[in-house]
Amino acid sequence: MDLEAEFERAVSGEQRVEPRDWMPDGYRKTLIRQIAQHAHSEIIGMQPEGNWISRAPSLRRKAILLAKVQDEAGHGLYLYAATETLGADRGELTENLINGRQKYSSIFNYPTLSYADVGTIGWLVDGAAICNQVPLCRTSYGPYARAMIRICKEESFHQRQGYELLMTMMRGTDAQRAMVQESVDRFWWPSLMMFGPPDSESSNTEQSMKWRIKRNTNDELRQKFVDMTVPQAEKLGVTLPDPALKWNPERGHYDFGQPDWDEFWQVVGGNGPANAQRIAHRRKAHEDGEWVRAAAAAHAARRARREEGVA
Amino acid sequence: MSSSWPLWEVFVRGKRGLNHVHVGSLHAPDAEMALRNARDVYTRRNEGVSIWVVPAAAITASSPDEKDPFFAPSGDKVYRHPTFYSIPEDVPHL
Ligand SMILES: [Fe+2]
Ligand SMILES: [Fe+2]
Repeated sequence: MDLEAEFERAVSGEQRVEPRDWMPDGYRKTLIRQIAQHAHSEIIGMQPEGNWISRAPSLRRKAILLAKVQDEAGHGLYLYAATETLGADRGELTENLINGRQKYSSIFNYPTLSYADVGTIGWLVDGAAICNQVPLCRTSYGPYARAMIRICKEESFHQRQGYELLMTMMRGTDAQRAMVQESVDRFWWPSLMMFGPPDSESSNTEQSMKWRIKRNTNDELRQKFVDMTVPQAEKLGVTLPDPALKWNPERGHYDFGQPDWDEFWQVVGGNGPANAQRIAHRRKAHEDGEWVRAAAAAHAARRARREEGVA
Repeated sequence: MSSSWPLWEVFVRGKRGLNHVHVGSLHAPDAEMALRNARDVYTRRNEGVSIWVVPAAAITASSPDEKDPFFAPSGDKVYRHPTFYSIPEDVPHL
């Protein structure tokens, strides 16, 4: 049978594609690009919160934040491993990231100006990530789906620790409550941008849906996130900075305003508040780690020689 | 700029009494570091009581192209399954 027709039949019948199966070049390329971008986001995503580890207000909060940032490193590694099953080269992906040839989520180009941002990121940013990621647990490429299942299990801790942190601050002083509100004001719109441009402007959606790589459109997921988040904001006692936000009984959903898409494209294009800093930091970490990688390789080679000599 | 370490496949035994199951892969310079990295990457929440790491290059796999012919020998051997045999219902414990 025609390989391409067989492939299309398998994915539309909800069968999983595994690494050594035949697949169209476009499917492989789309997956490598999407999974690499996702992996880069997890890795760059360690920076905004890592910024607060040494200044967390208690040992408890510091331990939680460390564990969360370590999880994000793990998520990046699960995903890089998934790209390698498609024939991507791990070293090359890192090069692509630090040379700006591949992107990561625009949200991580916003700075973390106050400690409340740690809570807001857990609640809104990890919350939006969960909305994006839960459907990907059923994505057509097996290794990607399996990585997403592991990731989703861990994300739930991320979101809850953030919300709990904000609840604690909201029970504190007026200054602490103001700090939470100010943080939510800054992160609300960038969080909505995490779902990508409106469906009318999203070039990759249609083919990706056909291949069952993507399971929902950007706008569907954005709506789901808003519907989930509004009641949480009410319980928390913060105001979401959108005057158009209103329950629509006919649709059974919240109506809401559009983020500033010009700002989104500026940030994606490299002109966000922290793009240069994030990449410079990643590049420095990679270059500073080179001697460790070289030493470990030399040690392994010497031990292998010695073991051969003994044998 | 980067020295590349070999790829290892990681298998984890979730708890005693279960098989080791493939969970993913990682890069490491040698087996010992592969085990340590596997612990940090794949068992941060008590997901395992034992880990195997295997050089990815050492694995021989059946080819997906011949999945039908390769597994065909068991396809027509229905007599390997207990449901192939009809036994009267009043025979106990069988
Ligand atoms: Fe993550
Ligand atoms: Fe997370």
